Amino acid sequence: MLMTERERMVAEITALAGRLGRNRTSLLPILLEVKRKYHTIGSYAMQVIADQLEIHPVEVNSVASFYAFLGDRPQGRFVIRLCRTISCDMAGKSRVMRQLENDLGISFGQTTPDGKFTLEWANCMGMCDQGPALLVNDRIHTHVTPEKVHEILEECRRIFGVHAAEAKEVVFR
Amino acid sequence: MSPLPTYASQNAEAGLRAALLLNRPEIIAEVRASGLKGRGGAGFPTGVKWNFAAAAQADRKFVVCNADEGEPGTFKDRVILQEYADLVFEGMTIAGKAIGAREGILFLRGEYAYLRGHLEEVLARRRAAHLLGADILASSLAFDIRIFMGAGAYICGEETALIEALEGFRGEPRNRPPFPVNTGFLDQPTIVNNVETLAWVSCILGNGAPWFRRHGTDQSTGRKIFSVSGDCARPGVYELPLGLTVAQLLKEVGGEDAKAAQIGGASGQCVPAKDFGRTIAFEDIPTGGSVIVFGPRRDMLDILHNFLEFFVDESCGQCTPCRLGNPKLLEGLEMLRKGTCSMAYLKELCSLGESMQVASKCGLGQSSPSAFLSVVEHFRDEIMGRIPMQV
Repeated sequence: MLMTERERMVAEITALAGRLGRNRTSLLPILLEVKRKYHTIGSYAMQVIADQLEIHPVEVNSVASFYAFLGDRPQGRFVIRLCRTISCDMAGKSRVMRQLENDLGISFGQTTPDGKFTLEWANCMGMCDQGPALLVNDRIHTHVTPEKVHEILEECRRIFGVHAAEAKEVVFR
Repeated sequence: MSPLPTYASQNAEAGLRAALLLNRPEIIAEVRASGLKGRGGAGFPTGVKWNFAAAAQADRKFVVCNADEGEPGTFKDRVILQEYADLVFEGMTIAGKAIGAREGILFLRGEYAYLRGHLEEVLARRRAAHLLGADILASSLAFDIRIFMGAGAYICGEETALIEALEGFRGEPRNRPPFPVNTGFLDQPTIVNNVETLAWVSCILGNGAPWFRRHGTDQSTGRKIFSVSGDCARPGVYELPLGLTVAQLLKEVGGEDAKAAQIGGASGQCVPAKDFGRTIAFEDIPTGGSVIVFGPRRDMLDILHNFLEFFVDESCGQCTPCRLGNPKLLEGLEMLRKGTCSMAYLKELCSLGESMQVASKCGLGQSSPSAFLSVVEHFRDEIMGRIPMQV
């Protein structure tokens, strides 16, 4: 059966809501999961979530826009969050920022045109004794130097390459 | 990982086993006798909090562990969760028995998502060992713990904002009263305790309150886990008795030449070198454990700028003093940096800061001006009459 992407998303969110429970307390876990999977929480997804939890879509939007890890802005496959708070700042986060921007050709808050990378600021992420620190999705990197930035990005590109190949296999099978 | 014998490896579950032999008031009496105060920084007596929740009548009660460690310079909870998660879950189970709750929730901040796999494993192991679930250690106690992920909001470290997030709302603090011990998660009695507090509970029940009171001062009993970062030779996590002086702590971490130390994170106070004889304790300089050391060459305005940007970004925007006050302080700071701030205006800013301390709804706005006010008080000579750098 041919399924459109929207239909697939509706099925997924419905299943998710069924698993977590169709009540308001499931809202944050559902939003986090949708964001992780689709790298964005679009207005259609918000409508579907609202239907599942029997609340108004505006309520969903209001919550999603509050939290730094949610929000409706589309993000890349790899979200790089560089810590900007005091200890990482004193440890030299500005140079790491510079190199990230140079290597990716985008500024903080932007996503590369190929949809691979997003650069975001993070407030203190609890790695103050090992700064500068950054998160690549859920993975933490500490003692980051401008030189190491290239390595980190290359590792992401390798992972992305593997994923892209896997996806192709599925399509052709 | 650590070759040293630790409390957790030597006395595994001693606290829980002791608690299972006691009745509810006896557990609370033991925690009260220890004088343990909230390790997140606010310093509310843990036994008193538990007593309120235990006295509340309800079918459902909740034990929430606050692992939304977001205060700048704080990372002790991450280390505790990585290496001593059992102690925390044990403490939550003891709390469950003490207040009569069957459900525990660990609120883990989104930035610590990489800890989740490990924590789920620990929970599964505890269930298999009958340390969680129905009939814990063949007693009639039933208690289980689930993990709830935060989504990146500093304000959710405030307990009522945390509960709002659990319930699926924006993390905006509630008016108090009613307090969570009566009307918390899903309007049921709820205790929200810091990770470290719950770990200490396990140790206190295992060793007895007098053991805990051997260290610390009368009003700040016991030892405390510190997160030390900044300009010092040995940054990291330290376990030290409360009541030690700032100078003693700096000596321990190799930061003797500091010109100032930020105690209690961005919302704490900036202590200048001349005050290093003051003590770190709830009655003098309170802290959730964050110590940031500033070396002799640091510019205090750069530091303040970083803190204020943090607060402008993390203010939830619900109440006016905090939403508008923080950007105003930041604006004033930029004037100081450019050297265009008059003494009269600086005084205005300080009085604005004082208004924020009394008029803000929650701890964020009440404490965000502290760093600004202490820098203005102690480093006036350094911050006034700046000549901006020519680029």
